[in-house]
Amino acid sequence: MMKVLTANRLSDGIAVWLGANGQWLENIDNALIARHEAAADALDEAGKSAFNANVVVDIALIDVEEQDGEIYPIRLRERIRATGPTIRLDLGKQADLKQASAA
Amino acid sequence: MYRYDEFDHDFVNQRVGQYRDQVERRLSGELEEDAFKPLRLMNGVYLQLHAYMLRVAIPYGTLNSTQMRRLARIARDYDKGYGHFTTRQNIQYNWPALSDTPAILEELAEVEMHAIQTSGNCIRNVSADHFAGAAADEVADPRPYAEILRQWSSNHPEYSFLPRKFKIAVTGAERDRAAIQVHDIGLHLKRNEAGELGFAVYVGGGQGRTPIIAKKIRDFLPEADLLSYTTAIMRVYNLNGRRDNKYKARIKILVHETGEADFTAQVEAEWKKLRETSLKLPDADLASIASYFAPPELQDRAEGWARIATGKKSDAGFAAWVHQNVTPHRHPDYGVVTISLKPIGGIPGDASDAQMEVVADLAERYGHDEIRVSHEQNLVLPHVALADLEIVYRALLDANLATANAGLITDIIACPGLDYCALANARSIPVAQEISERFGSLQRQQEIGELKIKISGCINACGHHHVGHIGILGVEKKGAELYQITLGGSGDEQTSIGQIIGRGFEPDKVTDAIETIVDTYMGLRLNADETFIMAYRRTGPAPYKLALYGEASKAA
Repeated sequence: MMKVLTANRLSDGIAVWLGANGQWLENIDNALIARHEAAADALDEAGKSAFNANVVVDIALIDVEEQDGEIYPIRLRERIRATGPTIRLDLGKQADLKQASAA
Repeated sequence: MYRYDEFDHDFVNQRVGQYRDQVERRLSGELEEDAFKPLRLMNGVYLQLHAYMLRVAIPYGTLNSTQMRRLARIARDYDKGYGHFTTRQNIQYNWPALSDTPAILEELAEVEMHAIQTSGNCIRNVSADHFAGAAADEVADPRPYAEILRQWSSNHPEYSFLPRKFKIAVTGAERDRAAIQVHDIGLHLKRNEAGELGFAVYVGGGQGRTPIIAKKIRDFLPEADLLSYTTAIMRVYNLNGRRDNKYKARIKILVHETGEADFTAQVEAEWKKLRETSLKLPDADLASIASYFAPPELQDRAEGWARIATGKKSDAGFAAWVHQNVTPHRHPDYGVVTISLKPIGGIPGDASDAQMEVVADLAERYGHDEIRVSHEQNLVLPHVALADLEIVYRALLDANLATANAGLITDIIACPGLDYCALANARSIPVAQEISERFGSLQRQQEIGELKIKISGCINACGHHHVGHIGILGVEKKGAELYQITLGGSGDEQTSIGQIIGRGFEPDKVTDAIETIVDTYMGLRLNADETFIMAYRRTGPAPYKLALYGEASKAA
C-alpha cells in the first residue's frame, strides 16, 4: 500500500504533507509517496524528527492510491483533510485551489 | 446577568497571561507537545482535522450584546467569519492559529468570557434551560445556582483531575428543556410543599457509547445544601470512579456498577459529614448571586396583542414564525423568541459574524440586552415585547435568521462530524442538510408537528442522537459511511434512550429512510395532536421496522 506522511503545522494547525524536498506542503498533490516499506519507514523517521523539531504535530502515515496521476487518500477522513469541509467548499484547501485557478 | 468581580477579572487575566507564556514557550520549542497539549486543552484549544479549534464557554448559555459582538469580532478577525454554537451552549471556532489564541483569550477576558474548563477531565460549563428567567412555566430561575456551581468548580483543585469529564445541567421548570437526565448531575429546581426552593437531584446520566438515564437520588435538596451535596457526589465519584478504563470512567458507570441504593447511601453518608460545614450557602450569598439575575423591568406593553394580530393577518410568514418560534413569557405582553440557526439546507448551529452582530443589535434594542444559546443549537432573545415582534422578525428575515422551524423536523441537532472533527467516523452536517431540504416545506413540517432529529458523527454522541425522537449515528463500515437510525429517544422530563431500528443506511439512503419513518408515523397517528414520540410510545417499533425493512423484519 502506498503511503504519504501528513501532520498539522504547530503554529496554525493547518494540515500539511511532507514533500520530496523535505518541505511540509499545504497541499497533498506533491506529497512524497512511499511505495515500499523501507520508504515508509524513512517517512516515519522524517515525521518524528519534524515533531521533535517542533515543526508539526499529530503525524500520521496514511494510505493513498494514485488515480489519474493524482494522490487519492483511501480514508474519507484523509480526503476531507486534503480538500476541506465537504459542506463549505469556500473553506480549506479546496478554496485555496479555487482562488489559485481563478487568479 | 452575572458580572465579574475583581477576583474573577484577576483570575481570568492571570490565566490568559499564563497561557500566553505557555504558547510562546511552545512555539519557541522550549515546551514539548506532550507537556503543552494538556495546557492548551485546559484553555479550550483542540486540534481537529483542518486546524486548531477553540471552544469558548458561554456559562449556562447566557450572554449580552457586548459579548455577542465580541464573538462576532473574533470570528471576523481571527477565524473565517463564522462560529458554531454547540449542544453544550458554547461556541466553537474552527480555524484559529495557535499563535493567535492568546490574543483571542485576551479579547474574551475583556468582555468577561473565557475558554477555561471547556475540555479535560474537570467540571465543564454548567448548562441550563435556555428560557431561564423568562419562561411562563418556570418555578424559579436556575441560573444563580448554575453560577454558584461555576464559581465553586472553577479551578477547584479537588476536581482538576477527575476520572473523566463531568457535566452538570440545571432547570427551573417541570418541562425539562436542559436534558438534565442525560447529565452527570442534573438538578431540577422546584418548590416543596412549604414553598421553599430546592432541587431534585439526578446522577449518573449520560450519552456517549453507553447511554444511561440518570437516577433521581434525592427528591428535595434544600437550596442551601447545593454545594455540600454536590461535593459529596463528587467525592464518592472521585474516590471510586474507574480510572483504569476511559470508557468506563464516567459517573454513570459508577452509579450503574455500584447500584443506585448503594451509591445513594455513600453520597448521603459523605453529605452528613459536609452538610454543616462552610459549604452551606448563606442566605446572603444566595441573594447576592440571585440579584445579578434579577429579571429586567418589563413595562406593560398591552398594545402588542393588537399589533401582532394585525401583523399575522397581513403576513403569513410572520404568523408562522410567531406560532412556531415565540414561546409564552411570564409577562403576558412579552414573548421568548427562538432564533433558528437551522435555515433550510443550512449548517445547524453555524452563525456568521454579520448574523451575530444582527442578534446583538436586536438584543440591545428590543431584548433587554439578553441572549441565550440553546443546547438545540439555536439562539434565544428571552424578553421581547409582543409589540416589537414584527420589527424583530423583519430584521431576522433580512439576516436569514427567521426560519419558522423551532421544534420541527428541520430543527435538527448535528455535531460537526467528519467535516471538522478528529474523533468523527462519519459526516453529520450533510445528512442534516439533505433531510432539511427534503422536509423544507413549512406546511409539511407543521403537519408533521414536533419531531426532533439529532445526528452524531461518532459514538461520543455530541449530536445527542440517543435522545432524538429520530436519532442518527454515523459509523464507518468497511471504509464507508453508514448511518444507524434509532427511534423513541427523548431528552426532556420523560427522558428515554432511542432504540436501534435495524441495519444501517448508506449516505444516499438515509433521507429516504427518514421519510419512510415520517410517512409511517403520519399514517398511524390517532390525530394531529399525537406527536411522533407519543405515537412511537404507543405503537413501539414494529410498524417502522415493517415500513423500512419489509416482511423480513418480522422474522428478525
